[in-house]
Amino acid sequence: MKLRLQRAWPSLIALGILYIYLALAAPKFYAADNLRDLALANVAVLLVATGMTLVIVVGEIDISVGALFAVCSIICGTFAKLGVPTILWPLVALAAGGVLGATNGTLVSFVKAPSIVVTLATMVAWREALRWITNGAWIEGLPNTFQWFGLGQRTGEAVIVVSALLLFGVLWWASRNLFAVRAIYATGSDAEAARLAGIPTNQVVFWVFVAIGALTGIAALLNAVRFSDVPANSGINLELKAIAAVVVGGTPITGGRGDLVGTLIGVMLLGSIGPALIFLGVSPYWEKAIQGGIILAAVLVEAIGSWRGRRVEFA
Amino acid sequence: MLLEANGIRKSYDGVKALISVSVELRAGEVHALVGENGAGKSTLIKVLTGAVQPDGGEIRLHDQLIEHNNPAKARDLGISAIYQQPALFPHLSVAENIAIANDGNKLWQKVDWPRRTAQATRLLQQIGARISPGALVSSLSMAEQQLVEIAKALAANASVLIMDEPTASLGQQDTGHLLRIVRELRARGAGILYISHRLEELFEIADRVTVLRDGNNAGTCEMAAVTSRELIRMMVGRELETLYPKLEIKPGKVALELRSVYCQRSKVKNVNLAVRSGEIVGLAGLVGSGRTQLAEALFGLETISHGSIYVDGSLVEIRSPRDATQAGLAYVPEDRRRHGVILEMPIRSNVTLASLDKLSKNGMLQKRAERDIAREFTERLHLKAPSIETPAKDLSGGNQQKVALARWLITKPRVLILDEPTQGIDVRAKSEIYHLIGALAEKGMAILLISSEMSEILALSDRIAVMSKGALVGIFDRQDASPDEILKLALGQNDSEVRGRN
Repeated sequence: MKLRLQRAWPSLIALGILYIYLALAAPKFYAADNLRDLALANVAVLLVATGMTLVIVVGEIDISVGALFAVCSIICGTFAKLGVPTILWPLVALAAGGVLGATNGTLVSFVKAPSIVVTLATMVAWREALRWITNGAWIEGLPNTFQWFGLGQRTGEAVIVVSALLLFGVLWWASRNLFAVRAIYATGSDAEAARLAGIPTNQVVFWVFVAIGALTGIAALLNAVRFSDVPANSGINLELKAIAAVVVGGTPITGGRGDLVGTLIGVMLLGSIGPALIFLGVSPYWEKAIQGGIILAAVLVEAIGSWRGRRVEFA
Repeated sequence: MLLEANGIRKSYDGVKALISVSVELRAGEVHALVGENGAGKSTLIKVLTGAVQPDGGEIRLHDQLIEHNNPAKARDLGISAIYQQPALFPHLSVAENIAIANDGNKLWQKVDWPRRTAQATRLLQQIGARISPGALVSSLSMAEQQLVEIAKALAANASVLIMDEPTASLGQQDTGHLLRIVRELRARGAGILYISHRLEELFEIADRVTVLRDGNNAGTCEMAAVTSRELIRMMVGRELETLYPKLEIKPGKVALELRSVYCQRSKVKNVNLAVRSGEIVGLAGLVGSGRTQLAEALFGLETISHGSIYVDGSLVEIRSPRDATQAGLAYVPEDRRRHGVILEMPIRSNVTLASLDKLSKNGMLQKRAERDIAREFTERLHLKAPSIETPAKDLSGGNQQKVALARWLITKPRVLILDEPTQGIDVRAKSEIYHLIGALAEKGMAILLISSEMSEILALSDRIAVMSKGALVGIFDRQDASPDEILKLALGQNDSEVRGRN
């Protein structure tokens, strides 16, 4: 299959240069422990950014994912504490995230409210509701089977990373090959044309929000089991990290185009900066500034690309 | 009978779009559907394709009643529509665009990319289109996009093809190609419902014609049995005095002069042209011949790399639309829905957009003055709208064009550049715009008229300049101009020879 990276090339090149430079200047970066930490730390962002790519491709935005992440973490922890068997946790996470996503989806696609306002509202609402219910208290005293799914750290880590990559791989394949996902591209490209082609655009938008909710739920679960307690206030700024990764991955914020592999590259690039700085002996305070610079560069590449883009003749 | 629609009724929010309309389509015929804007053509198409639900009446395909029509069902039954603006996905490939409509019921199956590409290649070849299946639709020209639309309809095995002004944004050459394809489809037994405001085109291609007026049938007849005059009478319901009024105006001094103008980027080369006050100069040529690019250069939208422009005898430097406006130029662009009017804004704000500085005092917009001038111009242009607060998107094409015109007339320009001013608008509105152009010239405005409609350019212009491949290849006086000669020059068959006087 052709790798159609479109506008992700600059980020891929930047990533290549960074990794080569690290290999030369700080080979310890490639120590197994560090790579494992790096992968673990970015699992949640990858899954949420994957969902965010679909949302942006369909022409919408979801800034409530951070709040959804916190709610799903608490729900997973609560169910685990109630003694629900491990095997059911992913279903709980999927269902919780899916229902919260469906709320956004209903408001956006059937009530026709703008997604940025809808998800701003649900972001605040879920976060504040969570604060009110938990009083900021963490969920503690979880059963031994919670952390690392009770499989021990090594196996648990592998399960987390492999299942996230599997999920990503399935979605990537689907984005290229399933009509149901191609309909997302069609809707984001021209909603009216999609409607005339018989694509139920409202339902497409609705299910995209369900999908990002479900992915956020899974991300929350995979993140929560790394620790022995569940904090009440996780996922702060997750929406910004996810949107940044999507943009850096070459998906234009205007919809209709984009690629999940680009998003993977975006997550890797933005996620590698912090650890890279530590290994290179640079103050980690530079991390945010450099990430900001990368996002700005990605937007500039996109803008300059559109200047050169051929003008469509309407003569 | 291939397709029959009987007594179709449809109201939008209490406004009757179709009161009772019937139309029948035979296999192997091109059936023209004509009428003024607002006569109900678009609504009828939407009903046939299932895009809207009718309030009453019935549709039969092969004598089978179609119930609960929707876009997917209509397509499965073999009814496809091609709209004036192609309904394609700009960011997807040609092959995917062609296939996507037929994959709706294979939601969770794997997309077969090689088969899609093969199908696209075959269909595009079949209609003689040299387009790569892998190309993104956004990189195609309007004409190429229409061809993709046709391939899409073929992919759906359409037995009924509805074409809504498919040639409205095409030049002469592309129109010819499209009409050839339509004839081929007819020969293969398809029934084609063909909508166009270009009557000449209908006489060329249609077998029968159905005229709609105010949501009712105004008659159906054999195309060979009517004249265009009769058709217009059926459409308008009365005799239209003259479609093309031509006032005898004595041209004054030279108002606009171009001396060896070049634009590097858009390949406009060595254009020398003078337009006198009160004169209408037509700019003819094929799509891509550089007419629009020249107009854009004059209006500061395109960089002039070499050459000079004089307005009323004095040299002007035009680097931006602002410079152009200050120099006394006004440009009403083609494709009014994209560039001419701002659809979401009310008429009032639309028409005053180019003259806000004149309507402001110390940076404050004088609301009262704005309203007054908006009212004055909507009246003067016979703009039909409930109020000056009506958003432009709720207006018909003809009235939108009047809004675009009003915006520039308020700036009191010396030179008015009109790019396809009557594209896709109905005869009555066309006639009104022609009268308006005449009246403006009479008041001493110099007018540069770009048009792809030969009869329009021949009837209105005092002189006709022909462009080909970015160069001005000839200028005819009104009495010397003939369609054949103009077309020959436009096609570049007389490359070396510059005809007429300059």
